[in-house]
Formats: sequence, structure tokens, C-alpha cells
Amino acid sequence: MGAAKLLRFLAARSVKAAIVVLAIVVFQFVLIRLAPGDPASVIAGQSGAADPLFMEQLRAQFGLDRPMHEQLLIYLRDMLTLDLGFSHRQQQPVATLIGERLPATLLLTLTAFLFAVTAGVSLGVMAARRVGRAADSLITVIALTFYATPIFWVGLLLVLVFSVWLEWLPSFGMFTVGADLTGLAYAADVAKHLILPSLTLGLFFLAIYARLARASMLEVADQDFVRTARAKGVPEGRIVRAHVLRNALLPVITFAGIQAGQLVGGSILVETVFAWPGIGRLAFDALLARDYATLLGVFFCTAVMVVVFNLITDLLYALVDPRVEVA
Amino acid sequence: MTAPILAIENLTIGLPIGGDRANAVEGVSLAVNPGEILCVVGESGSGKSMTASAVMGLLPKGLPVRSGRILFEGNDLLALSPEAFRRLRGVRLGMVFQEPMTALNPLMRVGDQIGEAFRVHGERGDVRAKVLALLEDVRLPDPPSIIDAYPFRLSGGQRQRVMIAMALALGPSVLIADEPTTALDVTTQMQILRLIRGLQKDRGTGVLFITHDFGVVAEIADRVAVMQHGRVVEQGEARAVLDAPQHPYTKALIAAVPHGRVRPAEAAHADTVLKVAGVAKSFRRGGGLFRRGTPVAAVADAAFSLKKGETLGLVGESGSGKSTLARCVVKLVTPDEGQVLFHGTDLLPLGRGAMQPYRSRIQMVFQDPYASLNPRRRVGDIIAEGPVTHGVPREQARARARDLLALVQLDPGAMDRFPHEFSGGQRQRIGIARALALEPELLIADEPVSALDVSVQAQILALLDEIRTRLGLTMLFITHDLRVAAQVCDRIAVMQRGRIVEMGPTAEVFGAPRHAYTRELLDAIPGKAWTPPLEAA
Repeated sequence: MGAAKLLRFLAARSVKAAIVVLAIVVFQFVLIRLAPGDPASVIAGQSGAADPLFMEQLRAQFGLDRPMHEQLLIYLRDMLTLDLGFSHRQQQPVATLIGERLPATLLLTLTAFLFAVTAGVSLGVMAARRVGRAADSLITVIALTFYATPIFWVGLLLVLVFSVWLEWLPSFGMFTVGADLTGLAYAADVAKHLILPSLTLGLFFLAIYARLARASMLEVADQDFVRTARAKGVPEGRIVRAHVLRNALLPVITFAGIQAGQLVGGSILVETVFAWPGIGRLAFDALLARDYATLLGVFFCTAVMVVVFNLITDLLYALVDPRVEVA
Repeated sequence: MTAPILAIENLTIGLPIGGDRANAVEGVSLAVNPGEILCVVGESGSGKSMTASAVMGLLPKGLPVRSGRILFEGNDLLALSPEAFRRLRGVRLGMVFQEPMTALNPLMRVGDQIGEAFRVHGERGDVRAKVLALLEDVRLPDPPSIIDAYPFRLSGGQRQRVMIAMALALGPSVLIADEPTTALDVTTQMQILRLIRGLQKDRGTGVLFITHDFGVVAEIADRVAVMQHGRVVEQGEARAVLDAPQHPYTKALIAAVPHGRVRPAEAAHADTVLKVAGVAKSFRRGGGLFRRGTPVAAVADAAFSLKKGETLGLVGESGSGKSTLARCVVKLVTPDEGQVLFHGTDLLPLGRGAMQPYRSRIQMVFQDPYASLNPRRRVGDIIAEGPVTHGVPREQARARARDLLALVQLDPGAMDRFPHEFSGGQRQRIGIARALALEPELLIADEPVSALDVSVQAQILALLDEIRTRLGLTMLFITHDLRVAAQVCDRIAVMQRGRIVEMGPTAEVFGAPRHAYTRELLDAIPGKAWTPPLEAA
């Protein structure tokens, strides 16, 4: 694939992605209007003073008295300059709030993602190579168990075992409060806090990857070109690596792309169970507090993430599979 | 004569319990001499491919070798350890498979796949130069660009050349070719056969060539072995077996080979049933939200007419547009322009409702008897469905379905069974009964016998012929096999790249072809120098 072709592909896809993001922003705008009362009444309600004069003032202050299309244009301009609004509940700009929480969430979800993909695919490949034998059955049973168990329950169980009984690992937070660690000691502390939540989040996806990889490996192993490789005298290990696995990874990449899109928005439950200071907690708290501005900021951030990872997946697919035209 | 390089002695391979016979292959003895081509002929399920797999050590798990030996260069292959066998594969033994479209790894460059044969067997040095030389040997155009291409860029014939290059990379003394040309067009098939023959002569390779086509046998075989139900029933010099077969099964097989003798044309009827004029259809390839794809003309300016009771053959290679043209006639595909006049009425501008009465008068029989019947429905319902949707009472339609099954020589008990319970030939009979249920005037048969074994093919052709005369059907018969076309059609239209390049009475097209492409097609018929003996039957 030529570099020029790749650039053209990226340009064309970025335009499409921009259109999608634009549509999301417009949808958000409509969503706010659908909420009962306008933002002025919400703010007034929150500040506990709702006389008509104050409401009028608020409306003028926020431009709510201007025509709808003008408001939409202003909103679009703000979103495009990444001005996500102001959270009156938290008394901070939403962009700042999200910026503070984003690293924690990405640390958690990326760790869980990498763990799920590598361990899941490895287990799937192991099961496929020993199909019908005890190891295969064991892996299948384990995968099915994690697949069928609710994620919060796995989390609670892990806390019970590793934090309460064994006292090996901390059960909540991202670092030890009040320890004031720096450098490597701080990193080690965070890593210790990271284990349980990322395990909880990753196990469910691990199960999916294991099942997907196993089925895909078995399907590819039956194909004609594998027989061709065997007729060439290629050793069994190389057949699995160079011929079967590479082809079997295509559906795994598809699913990994979908999961990657959820990296920001998909961890609300786990962040809540483990008191992890991330975007998920932020969204959850905002929801309980009816903090619309924050909620929409998170919504926007999540949507952009999905679009970006879709683009990356398509690009990756084109790199792995020469049949997919980047055009 | 020298000692055979490959000798299969009394080989028996078991089938799992519950198979349709105890052994897939039973007591088979074959020998390939250096520099000789041995053709193993048989219909599907005869055990010929199984024998080839056994020689390569590629038998599927669960099929045990019960007895026998496979002597290769003096050693018994069956006694080898898996690792020792692997060292032979690709080095001393090469294999080419049937399906070139799926036999290459789609994610690996062609050059790497051929080079892998060198690398896994410890060959060092300039592998790329060796691969380039091989690509040259199998006469692929522009080796320096093909070597870095992915398989999907190559045509079926080119992929098969790559397979042959791969199999011959390390100079094996025996090449096993399992139906290597079956999936290819007739002109490509001839090129590949010549290539195999040429390379085999140059290198003195012994070839075990599996095929179902006696034409191919006549083209390349030195010796022939005929297999039936897992046993070798006849074996001998190619000429002797082809011209004077001894075993009844061989005789029957040879009698079933489409003989290509032109049948006498029917007396032309005055009524024109179908007149197609200026039909064109192009598809778009690629494209997306912002960009239209590039148009590819599938059919261009097609014109022909069909008189009542006549059979017109539409002949051409894959991609020539013959199926698309047929689909245009029944409006399964809507042409971009042109007219399809059925008894003088142009069908193309008709809406769904107005088209309805014509639907039943033009019916189609499809190529793949495995894919064209709904696997979840009973045969009786499949046949009766058409008439019922056209308003015939259910009981009456079912009674008619029973009669039709008798007409296509199936047991009426087939009514309550499902398609998977039938063989390919029986399913094609069901497909014909389904088409006939609507009492059509015009039957369009799209490669109706291409997926069938040669003896079944002969039965279906005979059945179609009988029904055609009995019901006075007009037929549009699409095929890539010129021998079949000669036998079935009154007139022939030859298609190339979407255009009808020659059309005329069958005897004229075959006897005195005017277009260069028609001549090329006729030249490519395998074994055309051989006329199956008449007395064989």
C-alpha cells in the first residue's frame, strides 16, 4: 500500500468522521432542548432562587433568548473549539473536569483491554490446538463462566478474596491516600490499585476473545491453503503461526475495534465498584446530580472516541488484510 | 522399463463407522514410472482423491490406513515418522489441488508462499532469484511484479500456475495433481494441461493426475486407472482404455462423455417466442459515499431470438456475461437498456403486477443443485410453491407436484423429504420439476449439469431432451462446455466479454467457426482428437 494512497484514505475517512461528529453535536443540542425546562430553570432550581426576573436574567446571560438556529451555531462553535461548557454543580469548566479524569480511565481501560486481548487470544489458540481434549474443555468452561457472570459480582468476589481474606491488594481508589509517594514507589502503588479493577473489567472481554479466537482458529485450520502449506512440508508450529493465526485474527480485530470504542464510556460500573476516579464515576455522579453540562461533555467525548477507534480499526484491517482496499 | 518411482500396493483406507461403505479405498494398487503421467479417473466418491491424500500423508484424521504399502523411491511412506514424512513433502513429493481460489493463503504474498517451500526445507541462498526463475518457468507474465502480489490480484489460471511453481520448487520426483483444471475455464485448462505436460517432460517428473474428465485423460495421460467405489476396476495404456474399454463401468463412463456430435436441428417453427434486442447491463465496481465506482460492462448490445420449440445455446467462459444475459431475460437483473420481447410484449417496462403473469411462463433451472433448494422445506412444498403463489389450489398443486416427480423419474415418496436427503443429480431433477410446475413455455437452464458427475450429467441431459420434446418447450441453454452445447442445442451463440461474437446453427458454428475466439474455444476442448468409441455403450 502506497503512502499517498494511505493519506488519501485518511483524508477521506476524516471528512466522514467529521460529519458523524457534527451530527452527534446537533443531536446533543436537540437532547438538551428535550430535557424538561430550559437550562435557565435548571440553574435556577439548583441555586434555589427561581423568581421570573432572575430567570430572565439568566436567559439573557446564556443567550437563551436568541433564536434557535443562532443558539445552535454558537453551540457548534463552542464544541469545535473544545469548549464543553461549565459545570455549575462542580463550579469548573467541563473540559477541565474531563481532562482530570481521562488519564485514570484510560489507564484502567487500556490495561484491561490489553489483558483481555492477549490472554483471551492465547487461551483461544491453546484451546483450538487441543480441540476436544481436557485443556480445551477447561478453557471453554472458564471462558463461559466469566462470560455468564455479571461484571460487578466478579468485582465484589475478587475484592472479597484478594482484599478481605488474603489482604494482598487494595479494594478501592487509585493510590493510597495520605501516603504521599513519588516516583517508582507511586507507580507501584497505582499498579497495585489497578490490578483488581482491570481484572474485573478484562475478564468478561477475555471470555469473548477466547471464544472468538478458538472458533476462528478452528475454521481457518480447515481451509484449503492450510492443506497447501502442509503439502509444502511446512512444520506444524509454523503452520499455526504463519498461516492459521494470521487469518484467524481478522474477526478478533473487528471485535477489538468495537471494544476499543468503549474505552472511555464502558467502565462506569467497575469505576463505581472500585471507587476509581475516572470518567465513568464522573458521568455517574453527574447523572445523580442532574449535571447536564458534564453529562453531555462525557457523551461527546465517548462518541468522538468511538469514531476515532473505528477509523483506526479500518486502517489496521487494511494493513493486515491486503484484500481490503483503502479507498 | 525401469522400476516405478511410486508404487501403491494393496492400499485399504477405512471409513468411520456409519459411512456408506466399510472402506473409502480398498485393495488399490497403482504404479507411477519416472517421467510418466498416470491418470486416475472416477466419479465423486470413488476414492481417487483419498488415494492421493494417502500418498501425501494428508489423510484427514479418523480415516485409518487398514493395510497396504506406499513405496516411494523404495521406502514405505506409511512406515515413516510424521517428521520424516514432512521432510519429504514439498521436497520429493509435490501436490497441486483443485480449487486455486482457496488454495493460497490470502494474507501472504505469492513470492513468500513459494519461497516458504525453500525456507522450511533449509534451502539458503538467493531464494527470491529462485522464485523468480520458477515464475518464469510456469510462464506467468511479469514475474517481478507477480512475486510481490497478493493472491486475490491473480486470476484462477494464474493462481494455479503459482500452485504448480510451488509444488515443483524443490524438484520433486513425483507430482500429485488432484483435479488441477476442474475449476478453470476451458482455454485456461488447456494452457495448464500443456504446462504440466511440458514441465513434466523437461524434468522427468512422474505425475499422478486425478480427474473425472475423459477428455483430459485423452489429452495428457500415458496410462489410466479407473476407480469405482474405492476399487480400481480397470488399468492400462491410455489409448487402449479409451478406445477399447473392457470393464462395464469404464464403458458406461465413456458412453456418458458428451460426444460433441452435433444433433440434427429441429424443424424451425414460425412463432417467435423471445426476441432480445440491444440489451446492455453494466455493474459498478468499488465506489462509496462520495465516489461512484468504475462501470464494468457485463453484457453489451446483446441480440438474439428464439423460435418455438428451439434450443439456443449460450456458450462462453466465466465472466463472459452469459448468466447475466439470462438473468436479464427473466428480469432477475434489470438491464440498463434494450428490449426483451416475449411474444411481442416488451417485459422490461412492466411493473411487478404486470410482470406477474409472465413470471410463470418463463422459468429457470439453476447451476448449483446444492444451493438452489431451500434446505428447510420439503420437496413437495418447494415444487408446489410456485403454482400456489399463482393462485392454484394447494391440493391441486401438490397432485401436480407428484406427477412432475414421476416425470423427472423420482419416486413420489420424495414429496415429504428434505433436499439434503438427495444426491446432486436428484436435486437437479427436483430443480427441473420445480421449474416445470408453472407450465412454462420458455425454460432457461443456467449450467444445469456443470456441477454433476459425468454419468449423472448424461442422465439429466437426456431428461431435459425428453421433456423438451414432450412438452414442446423452448429453451435457452447456458453452458461453458462446448461438447454439451453441441449435443443439446439447435443454434449456438458464443459470448466473449459481454458480447455475442458469433451465432448460427450448431453444425455451422462447430464445423466452420468464423470468429477467432470460437476457434480458440474449439481448440481448447480437452481430448478433441479423441472420439469416444460408439460401441462402448
